[in-house]
Amino acid sequence: MSVEFSFLLVQALSGLASASSLFIIASGLTLVFGVTRIVNFAHGSFYMLGAYMAVTIVPWLLQIERSPTLFFLGVLLSAFVVGLLGVAMEILLLRRIYKVPELFQLLATFGVVLMVQDAVLHIWGPLDISGPRAPGLRHGVMILDQRFPAYELFLICAGPLVLGLLWLLMHKTRFGILLRAATRDREMVGALGVNQALLFTGTLFLGAFLAGLGGALQIPRVAASAQMDLSIITEAFVVTVIGGMGSIGGAFLAALLIGQLQAFGVLIFPKITLVLVFLLMALVLVVKPWGLLGRPEAAPPSAMPEGIASPRGFGVLDKILAVLALLLAAMLPLFGDAYAVKVATEVLIFALAAFSLNFLVGNGGIVSFGHAAYFGLGAYASALMVTRLGLPMEPALLAAPLAGGFFAALFGYFIVRLQGIYLAMLTLAFAQIAYAVCFQWVEVTGGDNGIVGVWPSTWAASRSAYHYLVLVAAVLGIFALRHVIYAPFGASLRAARDSSARAEAIGIDVRAHRWLGFTIAGAAAGLAGGLYAFSKGSIDPTLLGIPLSVDFLAMILLGGMQSVMGPVLGAAAFHSIKDIFMPLTDHWRFLLGAAIIALVLIFPRGLGGAYASLRARFARGGAP
Amino acid sequence: MTLLVVENLNKRFGGVVAARNVSFALAAGEMLAMIGPNGAGKSTSFNMVGGQLRPDSGRVVLAGQDITGLPPRAICRLGVGRSFQVAQPFLSVSVLENLQMALIAHAGRTRDMISRADALFRDEALGLLAELGMADAAARPMNTLAYGDVKRVELAIALAGKPRLLLMDEPTAGMAPGERAALMRLVAAIARRSSIGVLFTEHDMDAVFAHADRILVLVRGEIIAAGSPEEVRANPEVQRVYLGTSGLRAALRARAAAHG
Amino acid sequence: MGSIFLGRRALLAGGAGLAAAAAGRGAAAQGAPIRIGELNSYSRMAAFCIPYRNAMQLAAEQINAVGGVMGGRRLEFIFRDDGATPGDAVRVAEELLTRENVAFIAGTFLSNVGLAVADFANQRKRLFFATEPLSDALTMAQGNRYTWRLRPSTFMQTRMLVEAARGRTQKRWAIVAPNYEYGQSAAANFKRLIGSAIPGAEIIAEQYPALGRVDAGATVGALAQARPDAIFNVLFGPDLTAFVREGNTRGLFERRFVLSLLTGEPEYMIPLGDETPEGWVVTGYPWDQVEGAEHRAFVAAYRARFNDTPRKGSLLGYVTVQVLANMLNRANSLDNEVLVDTLRDLRTDTVVGNVTMRGIDQQGTMGTWVGETTQRNGQGIMRNARYADGADFMFPEEEVRAARRA
Repeated sequence: MSVEFSFLLVQALSGLASASSLFIIASGLTLVFGVTRIVNFAHGSFYMLGAYMAVTIVPWLLQIERSPTLFFLGVLLSAFVVGLLGVAMEILLLRRIYKVPELFQLLATFGVVLMVQDAVLHIWGPLDISGPRAPGLRHGVMILDQRFPAYELFLICAGPLVLGLLWLLMHKTRFGILLRAATRDREMVGALGVNQALLFTGTLFLGAFLAGLGGALQIPRVAASAQMDLSIITEAFVVTVIGGMGSIGGAFLAALLIGQLQAFGVLIFPKITLVLVFLLMALVLVVKPWGLLGRPEAAPPSAMPEGIASPRGFGVLDKILAVLALLLAAMLPLFGDAYAVKVATEVLIFALAAFSLNFLVGNGGIVSFGHAAYFGLGAYASALMVTRLGLPMEPALLAAPLAGGFFAALFGYFIVRLQGIYLAMLTLAFAQIAYAVCFQWVEVTGGDNGIVGVWPSTWAASRSAYHYLVLVAAVLGIFALRHVIYAPFGASLRAARDSSARAEAIGIDVRAHRWLGFTIAGAAAGLAGGLYAFSKGSIDPTLLGIPLSVDFLAMILLGGMQSVMGPVLGAAAFHSIKDIFMPLTDHWRFLLGAAIIALVLIFPRGLGGAYASLRARFARGGAP
Repeated sequence: MTLLVVENLNKRFGGVVAARNVSFALAAGEMLAMIGPNGAGKSTSFNMVGGQLRPDSGRVVLAGQDITGLPPRAICRLGVGRSFQVAQPFLSVSVLENLQMALIAHAGRTRDMISRADALFRDEALGLLAELGMADAAARPMNTLAYGDVKRVELAIALAGKPRLLLMDEPTAGMAPGERAALMRLVAAIARRSSIGVLFTEHDMDAVFAHADRILVLVRGEIIAAGSPEEVRANPEVQRVYLGTSGLRAALRARAAAHG
Repeated sequence: MGSIFLGRRALLAGGAGLAAAAAGRGAAAQGAPIRIGELNSYSRMAAFCIPYRNAMQLAAEQINAVGGVMGGRRLEFIFRDDGATPGDAVRVAEELLTRENVAFIAGTFLSNVGLAVADFANQRKRLFFATEPLSDALTMAQGNRYTWRLRPSTFMQTRMLVEAARGRTQKRWAIVAPNYEYGQSAAANFKRLIGSAIPGAEIIAEQYPALGRVDAGATVGALAQARPDAIFNVLFGPDLTAFVREGNTRGLFERRFVLSLLTGEPEYMIPLGDETPEGWVVTGYPWDQVEGAEHRAFVAAYRARFNDTPRKGSLLGYVTVQVLANMLNRANSLDNEVLVDTLRDLRTDTVVGNVTMRGIDQQGTMGTWVGETTQRNGQGIMRNARYADGADFMFPEEEVRAARRA
C-alpha cells in the first residue's frame, strides 16, 4: 500500500511540475489578451525563442563558472531578450493594427509565427539543441521510495512564485494597477489619460518575458526544437480559456487541473494526451461559458460590429468582373496547362470552404477556429462511402454535405450558446476532438495514414472534367450561400450579431438561428471537403487540423470579412501565394508569413475592402 | 381592461434583493411610470416582465395569459415591444433595414432563405418611420445617427411588432431636453391612439410627471408608493427617500407645463 | 478566380525553367538532362531532409562529372517542399509531373504523405521512388505497381532490434511509442515478434504520448510503476531527449534492458549529447565506424563539400541516387512502365553494399546498423555496431502475397 501511495504522490508531483511550467507560459498569454484583447498566436514563438536563447546564453555563462546563480541569471537574461522581442513586435507590428478587427490582429500574429519558425531554423539550424542541466539541481531526490528530479521540485515552486510576483505587480505598482484597469475596461484607461501605447508596450514585454521564461526554464528537461511553438500554443490557449480569459488566478487553477489530469490520465488511457486538454475545455465551456474564473463580457453595445454590413448587390462593374472570373475558370482547361487547372480546382474548393466560414464569421459574428472539422468530416464521409461501402463518387459526394451538416448541428448545439473568444475556442475543442477520433480510430479511418483510393468516377476522372464538376458545385454552393446572406435568414443572423438582446426582443430565436446558420455553413464546408477528397485521391486527419482551420481564417481575412465575395478573392490570393512561395525556397513559411503581415498592414480591410474603397473612389471621381 | 398583471415578483442576486413582492397592474392605453433611485430594482422588474430575467417567484400575466419566465422572443410574439436603456439597434445596417428586420421578425419570416430581405416590408417600414418623423433618415446607416434619433428608431422597432404592451427602459436617457419632451409626447399620443399599454422607467421627472397616468416608486426592490402623479407627489415617504425638494419642484413645474 | 495570380505563377515557373534548361545545355555535352522530381519535408523535417538533399546533390554531381547516365545525359533533381501534408504533397507532385516535366518522382518523409503520393502515382501510372516513409502499408496492404521504397521499413527495423535481443532473459516488457502510425505499427510489430525471440515475453505496460508533446515526467512515472525488466522505445527527436533526461534522473533505465528504434541515427543521437544512455540496443548510423573504401570516400566527399558530418539522411540520399542511376542506365528509357519493370529485383552496388529492390513487395534490401549506445567525450556513439542487411529482415513472402492481394 505504501508503494502505491508513494507512486501516486510522485505522479501528482510530476503533474504539479508540468502545471507550473504551463502556468508561467499561459499567464503571459492571458495578460496580453486581457489588456490588448489580442489573441497572440506568436506567444508560442516567444516560448520557443526563450528556449533557444537559453541554450545559447546559458552554456556560455556556465563556461565562466558552473554555478546555479549563473544558470538562473542566464535563464532570466534569455527571458529578458525575448521580452525585448515582444516589445519589438508591439512597436513594429501590433501598434499599427490596434484599430483593425481583432481577428486581423490574430492573423498578423500568425504571420509572425511562420516567420519565427523559419528564422529559428536559419539561425540555429535544423538539429534539436539540448541545453545544460541546472547546476546543483541535476540529481534526483528520494521521496519515500521514489526518485524525483530536484529540478522539477524547483519548477513546482516556480509557478506559485511567478503567481505571487504577478499579484504583487498587479496590486502594488502603478503599472500593475493600470494593467488591471485596462483588463476590466479598455476605454476607461484611455479616458484616464494614460499613455496607452506605453501601457501596451509594457504588457507585451511582460507577456513575452513570461513566455520566454517558460521556454528558458524548460531547457534542462527538453531540447530546443523548431516544433516547440505549435506544441505549446494550443495548450497555453486551452489553459487561459479554461481559467477565463484575462484571469491569472484562473490560468493557475486550469494549469493545475490539466497537469493532474495529464499525470493520472496516462495511467488509465495511455493514448489520451492527444485530446485530453480539449475534452476538458469542451466540458468546462459547456458548463461554465466564461471559463472557471472568467467574467462575462459583453461587447460594448455602441461598438460597430465587424463583418458584413448591409450587403449590396452586384453593380455593373462587379457583374462584369464576376462573369469574367467565371469565364476564366471555365476556359482554363482550354488554354491553361494541367497544373494550372489543378490549382484552379483547389482554389474553387477552398473558395467554397472560405465562403462558408465567412457566412459564419462575417455574416453571423460566429468566429470559428475549427471550421476545417466540417471540411474534413465531409471528406471522410465521401472517402468512407467509396472505400468501405464501394459506392461511386456521386452518392459519396452527396454524403459530404450531409456529414458536414450533421456534425455542425451536433457540435453547434453547444457552440452557439457561447460568445466571443469562448465560442471560438469551443469550436477549436470540438474540431480537435473530431481530429483525434479520425486519428485514433484506425480500424475505420485508417488513423493518421488516412484513406487512399478516393478517385472520381470515370466520367469525371480527367483533370478538366473534374475541374468542371468542382466549378459547378462550388459556384452553385457559393451562390446559394450568397443568396441566403441577402435573404431574411442572413439578415437575421446579422441582426443577432449586431445586438443579440434586440434580436430576441423583436422575436428572433437567436440561438436557433445561429444553430441553423452553423449547420448550413458546416454542410457547405463538408461539400467542399468531399470535392477536395476526390481531387486528391486521398485524405487524412490533417484535413480536420488546426493549420487548415487557420488557413481558412487567413483566406477570409485576406479577402475581407466585411465583403460578401471577399473570401473567394482571399482563397485565390492565399492559395496562390502559398503555391508561388513553396517551390521557391525552403524558407517559404517565412515568405508566407511576411506576405500575410504585409497584406494586413496594406489592406487592413482585406482585398475585398480594398476593392470596395477603390470602386467608391472611382465612383466619387466620376461624379462632379 | 387590464392588460398586464404583475403579482409578487421576487428576484435576488446573491445576497442582494433586487425585487421584493413587486405587484402592479396596467390597463390598455395607460402609461405607467416606474421611478426610483439608482439600484432600486427598476431595470430588474422591467426585465422580468420582458423576459430578459426569470423571477425567483411571482407571476406575470399578459391579457390573461401567464408569461412568467418565457424567453423574450416568446413574450415579443405575444405582443410586447421594448426599448433598451442603452439603445441596441442593428448598427451595421440602415435605419430602414432596422425596421424591415423588425417587420420580418414580426411576420415570422426570419428563416426565409428565398426572398430578398431588402425587398420585404419596405412600405410598412417607411410608414412607421414617417409616423415618427424619421422618413428622411431611412437610407442613413444606423451608426451615423444622433443618439436622439437612435432612440426614436428604437421606438419604431418596438412599434413594428404591433405591440399591445410597450416596455421602455429610460426611453429618453442621453437625449437633449427638447427631444425628450417631443419623444414622450409622441409615445403618449401613439399609446392612446392605438390603446397600447406603456410601462416605462425614467430618470427625467419632467417626462414622468408630464405623461404618466400612474407612477410606481421603487426603493431597494420594493414598491413604496403607487398612484396618480398627484398622489405620488404628495406622498411624504416618496418625498423623503426619493424626490427630495428639488425633485418635487421639478415635478410641479412639469405638471404645470403639461396642463398649462 | 485565382487565375490572375496563376498567370504570374506560371511566368515565375517558366522563367526558372528556362534558366535551368540553359544551364543544362551548357553542362551536358549530349542529350537533354534527365529530370527527377524530388519532394520532401525540407521545412518541417529539416534535420533529416536537408542532409538528405545535400547528399543527393553530391551524388548527382559526381555522376554527372563522369558522364551522367544513359550514355551521357545529366542527372538533374528538381527539389520541392511537400508542405508535410498529403494535400500539399499531391499538388506538388502534380506540378512536378505536369509543369516541370520530370521523368518520375521520388522522396517524401511522413508516412501519410508517402501513402497519398503513392496512390496518386498509381492513379497517374508514374513511378514513385519513396525514400524515407517507414510505414509498412506502403509496400504491403497499400502497395502498388508504381511505388517502390528504399529505406528499411518499420517492420524490418523492429525485427532487427528484436533479433538483437534474442537470447535475453527479460520477460516483462514496457513499450513507449509516439501516438501515430509509425509508433503504433512499431509497437504492433514488436508485440508480434518479441515472443519468438524471447519465449514467454509479455507486454506489461504501454505508453503512447502525443508526437512532439510528451509529458516526460508522467510517462516515465507510469512506466517505472509497472516495474518492467526491459523497455522498447520508439520515441525520437525532442520527445526522446525529454524522455531520456527524465528517465536518467529518475533512474528508469537502471538495470533495465532497452531496445530503441532510430536512436543511433546522428539526427537523434547528437541532441542527446552527454545524456546518451549506456548500453541501449539501437538502430542507427555510426558513420565514422563503417568500413569499406566506397563508404569512406562518400564520408570524405560529404565532409569536404558541406563541412559537416553525414547524417542518416545523407546516406539515404546518396544511396537513392546510386540506385536511381543504375535503374536509368539499365532501362535506357524514361518510359515509366520500363522503369518499373527495371526496378524489379534490380541489384545495385552502393556505399552500403549490395541493395536489391525486391520485386515481390517492391522494398529495397538496404539495411541499417544495430549496436549499443555509449558515450565518448560527452557525445553519444554506437559501439559493437554491425550492419544488418535488410535482405535478412524482410516480410515473409507469403505474408506479402496475402497483404498485397487483399
